[in-house]
Amino acid sequence: MFEIDKWQEIYSTVQKNKLRTFLTGFSVAWGIFMLIVLLGSGAGLENGVKEQFKGGATNGVWISSGKTSIQYKGLKIGRPIRFTNEDYKAIKTTVSGPDHISARLFLGNNLVSYKNEYGSFFLSPCHPDYGFIKELEMLQGRFLNNIDISEFRKVAVIGEKVKSSLFKGHDTVAMGKYVKINGVLFKVVGVFRDFSRNDDEQKRIYIPISTAQRVFQGENVINQISFTTGDATAADADLMIKKSRALLSQMHTFDFDDNRAVNIWNKNEEVRKFRSLFAGIRLFIWIIGIGTIVAGIVGVSNIMMIVVKERTKEIGIRKSLGATPWSIVSLIMQEAIIITSIAGYIGLVLGVGILELVAKKMPPTQFFKNPGADFSIAVMATILLVAAGAVAGFFPAMRAAGVKPVEALRDE
Amino acid sequence: MIRIKQIHKSYVTGQNSLHVLKGIDLDIAAGEMVSIMGASGSGKSTLLNILGILDDYDSGEYHLNGLLVNRLSERKAAQLRNRMVGFVFQSFNLVSFKNAMENVALPLYYQNVPRKKRNLIAMEYLERMGLAEWAHHLPNELSGGQKQRVAIARALIGNPKVILADEPTGALDSKTSLEVMDLLQEINATGITLIIVTHEHDIALRTKKTIRITDGNITEIIMNN
Repeated sequence: MFEIDKWQEIYSTVQKNKLRTFLTGFSVAWGIFMLIVLLGSGAGLENGVKEQFKGGATNGVWISSGKTSIQYKGLKIGRPIRFTNEDYKAIKTTVSGPDHISARLFLGNNLVSYKNEYGSFFLSPCHPDYGFIKELEMLQGRFLNNIDISEFRKVAVIGEKVKSSLFKGHDTVAMGKYVKINGVLFKVVGVFRDFSRNDDEQKRIYIPISTAQRVFQGENVINQISFTTGDATAADADLMIKKSRALLSQMHTFDFDDNRAVNIWNKNEEVRKFRSLFAGIRLFIWIIGIGTIVAGIVGVSNIMMIVVKERTKEIGIRKSLGATPWSIVSLIMQEAIIITSIAGYIGLVLGVGILELVAKKMPPTQFFKNPGADFSIAVMATILLVAAGAVAGFFPAMRAAGVKPVEALRDE
Repeated sequence: MIRIKQIHKSYVTGQNSLHVLKGIDLDIAAGEMVSIMGASGSGKSTLLNILGILDDYDSGEYHLNGLLVNRLSERKAAQLRNRMVGFVFQSFNLVSFKNAMENVALPLYYQNVPRKKRNLIAMEYLERMGLAEWAHHLPNELSGGQKQRVAIARALIGNPKVILADEPTGALDSKTSLEVMDLLQEINATGITLIIVTHEHDIALRTKKTIRITDGNITEIIMNN
């Protein structure tokens, strides 16, 4: 079917009608260009928002204490709820499902020093599981372990920004060194990196929660309990949250429905919301993009109709010389496919080019990052193009095949 | 070569039916040179279209080279035309954007002859027509007589059994007409059956037999000497 003669044939007709071919191709090129740019922008938006969710497992649940907002059992509104180690233990032992669980204490920014270097860093006492919940990457050493907790060890795991600001010049090895936190010496056992975009997350120091309570607080108070729900379904995760809330409301005597007494943030739910939002956006983009391409197809089809009309006589001659209907159909279809494919390819290249340019030159903002059409979209677009060409050529080709040689050759 | 029995053909336009051929009987032997004459509207062109398998007929029988031609599929008809029949038209009907050689080679394209080979064969035929040096010219750069010779070369290239010529000299001056007729006679001498539709007497006189059609019937068959 694809023979050099036909290609020359198509080339010669295209040559004779440059403007017409250009206008035809332009509509298709424009459609593909729009589709690629739209899809790329959608991807950029999605990447940007995904970035917001980085740092911390997507199945994480964070429970923070707050103040009551509903009267309950004669207790007044505005009563602060204070979590203790008992709450952590209760949830850990009675709520089934969580695969990692940790309590946290908020000690705020503290003065930290190593030799002559000083800095103020956020101190975050926690359990060993918090490393999993936060999905920290260990660059050196290890995260906290259970022995650290049970033996009240004075050990610290520091963020890479902490390391770079305290360990400078000739003294860049942090591992095994002692840093002074609020006047107390802690041994550095690990350096971590947090995937969060938030720079502050890199400026944290994690220490065993037991040590922190004994050294800095003298109480068994905690501020937050967090856990991951493992492979649980959304419904199961909701059940874990419900059970935890029920447990806490019982232990601290507040209304189960009081959303301010405890503040629960279920990351998975947020992620799911955004996923469905982006599925919607993607569908919307495809509908618009395909709509634009359909307009292009109709344009090509229209032009090909005119081409067939103009070439009626030639088709008649070919038929009288022994052209089968199929050979005529393939001639017209191929011309349509070639025009749409080449024009569409140009649109594709331009669209991808624009996206690359934007990705390179434009600084990533909070909600827009790395716009780009991936390989599967390029493949889809290519398939779409050839299909579009075939559709555009089909009706004109059928008309061409139906040309009666007698009528075509009749002298005016 | 051609055997026609009681061919009827009418054209239906809306509610009107135009009965064009009213029972034609005709035998043309292999190698004959025959002219068909008749006033316009007499049905001679319709008869030629049927002979060339460009058009169907309503009833009767048409045998071409012993083969019954009746309600063939378009594909079959195309293949049969390609192998059996060569056409020469009054208005030449060359493909305007193809040069002389490519025009001549076109029937071989539909016989799936490779490009190089068919161009080579086309050159041979153009040489026989004395047009070798015009091979790469487009039709609009050729004179009427040259165009018609290209068309004749194209009709010959597929080795047809029959050549159908519809007013082959209608658009030519008398001198060129004579040359074209000489050429057609030479072709006939090689054994190819030749049927010429014309309304010019001196053209008809150069064929061996003239068939006169009036109002859809054969009214006269004249033997010329």
